[in-house]
This record gives sequence, C-alpha cells and structure tokens, in this order.
Amino acid sequence: MKWFNKPASETQITHGQRLWLYVVATIIMFLLVVPTLIVIPMSFSASQYLEFPPKEWSFRWYEFYFNSNSWMSATATSLKAGLYTMLVATPLGVMASYGLYVCSHPAARLVYLLLITPIMIPVILIAIGSFYIYVQIGLVNTMFGLVVAHTILALPLVIIVVTSAFKSYDMGQEQAARSLGASRFIAFMTVTLPQIRFSVITAALLAFLTSFDEVIIAMFVSGGDNSTLTKNMFNALRDQIDPTIASISTIMIVISSSLVIVTQIFARGRGVK
Amino acid sequence: MTTSTLVHVNEKELKTYASKERRALLGLTSPALLVILIVMVIPVGWLFYLSFIGSDGNFSLEHYQRMLDSKSYARIFLTTFKVSLLTTAICILIGYPLAYFLSQLPARVANICMLSVLLPFWTSLLVRTYSWLVLLQRKGIVNQVGMDFGFWDEPLKLVHNLSGTLVGMVHIMLPFLILPLYASMKSIPQDYIKASSNLGATPTQSFWQIFFPLSMPGLLAGSLIVFILSLGFFVTPAVLGGGKVIMVAMQITNNIELFFDWGAASALGVVLLVMTFVILFVASKLMRLDNVLGGGH
Repeated sequence: MKWFNKPASETQITHGQRLWLYVVATIIMFLLVVPTLIVIPMSFSASQYLEFPPKEWSFRWYEFYFNSNSWMSATATSLKAGLYTMLVATPLGVMASYGLYVCSHPAARLVYLLLITPIMIPVILIAIGSFYIYVQIGLVNTMFGLVVAHTILALPLVIIVVTSAFKSYDMGQEQAARSLGASRFIAFMTVTLPQIRFSVITAALLAFLTSFDEVIIAMFVSGGDNSTLTKNMFNALRDQIDPTIASISTIMIVISSSLVIVTQIFARGRGVK
Repeated sequence: MTTSTLVHVNEKELKTYASKERRALLGLTSPALLVILIVMVIPVGWLFYLSFIGSDGNFSLEHYQRMLDSKSYARIFLTTFKVSLLTTAICILIGYPLAYFLSQLPARVANICMLSVLLPFWTSLLVRTYSWLVLLQRKGIVNQVGMDFGFWDEPLKLVHNLSGTLVGMVHIMLPFLILPLYASMKSIPQDYIKASSNLGATPTQSFWQIFFPLSMPGLLAGSLIVFILSLGFFVTPAVLGGGKVIMVAMQITNNIELFFDWGAASALGVVLLVMTFVILFVASKLMRLDNVLGGGH
C-alpha cells in the first residue's frame, strides 16, 4: 500500500489519487489491443463458426487458404503491388522532399501542399476518378494501374517522413562535401542519404503497407487475375463471416507487425526515436 | 598544365545561377507531380466536370438539384455528419485520458504502453473491422460474456447498425487522435505545472488551467484528422453498418456499382471534397496546419 501514497509526479499528487486514471487507461489499452489480436486464436479453431476460446484446435482454415488458388493469387498480387508501390513511391518521394527542402523558390510551399493533398481528400474520390480515367485508357485490372494509384497514396507519407528527417539533419555537411568538389548528386548519395537512411526505410515500409492494406482503390481498379487480397477479403466479408478470413487476417497481422519490429530495431540501432 | 583561369563572377550571373538552381531543385518534384497529376488532379477534375453534365449530355445542375430535393440524400449527409461527429467526440473522451496517462509515464513504461496504440495503428483496417464483426455478432464473445455475467438475457443486436459502426470506427480512429495529442502533451514543460502548484494551485487547478489549454493544439489537430477521415469513410460502415448506415462514400459507390450513374456519384464526390476543404480551411485559420501535416520548412 506504500505505493499508493508515493507521489506520482513532482506536484505531489499520489498514485492513490491517480488510481482512477490507471484503471481507465488500462481498460482503454485492453480495448485497443484485444480486438486487434482476437482473430489470431480464433483462426486456429476447427469449427465452422468462429468461437472463442476454440473448442477444438486445427489448421483447417490455413490449409484451405494455402490450397486455394484464388486466395494465393490475390496474396501474390497484393505483395507485388506493395513492393512496386514501395519501389516507385520511395525514390520519387525522397527526390521531391529533397528538392522542396533545399529549394527556396516561392512555389515550393504550394508544390508541397499539392503533393500531400492525396492524404487529405477522401480516398473514394481518387478511387472512382482513377477508375473512370483507367476505363478510357485501358488500365483497369492491370498491375501498372493499381501501382500508380497506390503510389499517390504512399507519396504524401514518404514526403512527410523524409521531410521531417531533413529538418533534423544538418545540411551544412552536404555543403561541405560540395565545397570539396562533390557534385550535388554525389554529395547527397554519399553524405546525406546514409544519415537519413532509417527514415527512408521507415518511409519505404509505410509505402508498402499503404498499398498492401488498401481496399477502396483496389476494389475499383483491380480485378480478374489482378484482384488484391483486400478486395477479395472485403467481398467475402459482405457475404458471410468466413473463417478463412481469420487465418488471412492473422497472416496480415504477422506481416505488418514484423515490418514494425524491423523499423523499431533499425531505430534502436540509431539510438534515437 | 593549364593556367588557372580567373572566373569573373558578377552579381547578375550569380543571380541567374541561383534561380537556375532553384528551378532545377524544384524540377526534382516533377516525377511525383506527374503521378499526382495523372491519378489525382485529372480524374478529380473530370469528376467535377461530370457532375455538371445532365442525363441529356448538356450542362445542367440536375445532380445538385436532386441532392437538395431528395430526402434520401439529406438523410445520407445527416448520417455522415452524425457518425463523424460521434466518432470524433467518443475518440476525444476515450483518447484524452489515455494520452494523458501515457504522457505522465516514465519513458520506458510509456514506450511499452504506446505499443497498445501503435499495434492497432499498423494493423490493416479491414482486419480490425473483421475482428469487430466477429466479436459483436449474435453468438460473438461480447454477447456471450454479457449473458454469462447476467448483464442481459437475450443476445443483443450489436452489429449491422449504428452502434456497431461507431464501435469499429472509434477503434480505427483512436490512434489518429492519440498520436498528435501525445506529442503535444509531451512538449508541455513540466516546470509550468510545478510553478503553478508552487503558487498554490491544486492539482485539479493546474490541470485545467495550465495543462489542458496547452494540450489544445494536439487535441484540435487529432480531432481534425479523425473528423475528416470519418467523413470519407467507407469500409467500416459498409461492413459493420450492414446496409443500415449509409454514408456519402457508400452512396457514391452504390451510384456507380448499382446504378452506373456517374453524374450523381461525381456530384456527391464534389460535395464531399468541398466539405473537406472548407473544414481544412477553417481549421487552418484556427491553427497552424503545418503541425498536422509535417510542413515544408
């Protein structure tokens, strides 16, 4: 009980007086985490109806998933789209953020705003708008069309992350390299980029996840052999509660959390953030 | 060996060089701008155009007129605002205590507790919507637990309605509120609180008169993000609303998928876009949006 009377902050409020806050916060954290992870144990259930705790354990829904051609091809599409989006959005985003950060042109601020508008406008507009244009030029159901559309969703995130990295980086180092004879490009590649690489990696992973998790654009512009995992999941969800989705969800949680862990490890290696 | 050439540099040449370089640097944004132009500016511009074309192919305001006349459209906008406002309000009520709790913890514990916000944040929204569908269904865990404890006797209808939609949306939006709010709280110097209590304020007074006002920028930024994202939300209301909670984004999809009515869908899209920009514009007068969006410099 001693802990109750100990001060919780330097203003002498005690842990006992703050107990209500601890209780409330714990409940909220519980409500945030448990619903996110509950599908994991459920996905190992043997029953047709998702139950918790499962009465009988089995891998049948995983077997079903891995043996299904349509789910497998959708997974491949999603992984490919994510990878391509990452490979397109990251260099474009880094280039744009560098240009805008170094440049003092009056238009820079306007261009920055334009480049980050895709995260402000409702995705449904981008989805139907690009669908309309793609129908005219025959890009519907193509991987190329999907990647281009996902790229504009990923670009703002890359630009925001990389720009904030530039802000905490001393540009004087690059100027020093250039005054010693390096061209701007060489100076950037050998002096600046290595120092902001963790932010660039984070940005790249964000770009991957943006595409991998995206539903609405995929619903409109992907289809046929190029249907994404999320599109198929969404369609399945509207019909009934299919336990296969629980196993796919588990796999998706594993993919995104391992990406987060990778970035955390990188960040820890750097010692900051 | 060549003799070193003396380069005559005058002010004018330096200026042209500088402006040339500025243009070259700005040029680095051109590939990104090109993509945005093709997939965002042109398509959205095209939708804008389509929204003014009537069924006879000429300029007309019929799509907007229908929105004003029809009761069902009024209901859709009302639902959209209601759901967005409620989501934002509940997120503030739940998110503020949690962000405050996190901001008061020692760094090591805070980092671990922060995972409870980051884990959902990084998990696919479709996966989380599905989880809630499973949890809230007739034979789901929530109903089971509720009946086991005797809170209610019959399985409640928790999903495929407004409350189910709200539960899912709050869960998805909460991290968007907590992250900026937490950052804002962390930047409040502890000295201010110490000073106020040194001057005789009770902890409650220090909180309401010092801490709370100083956390407002983060709270406003977070609420703005939540509200704007909610306005255009599609997946969660579509799955958890079960067709009973029709929001603007869903009506746009229905207009295209069921009725092939591009004009009506575009007009709705334009209205949604204008609403978003008006809110952003008003917000930009109230606070520095740079804090929300990262900012250029």
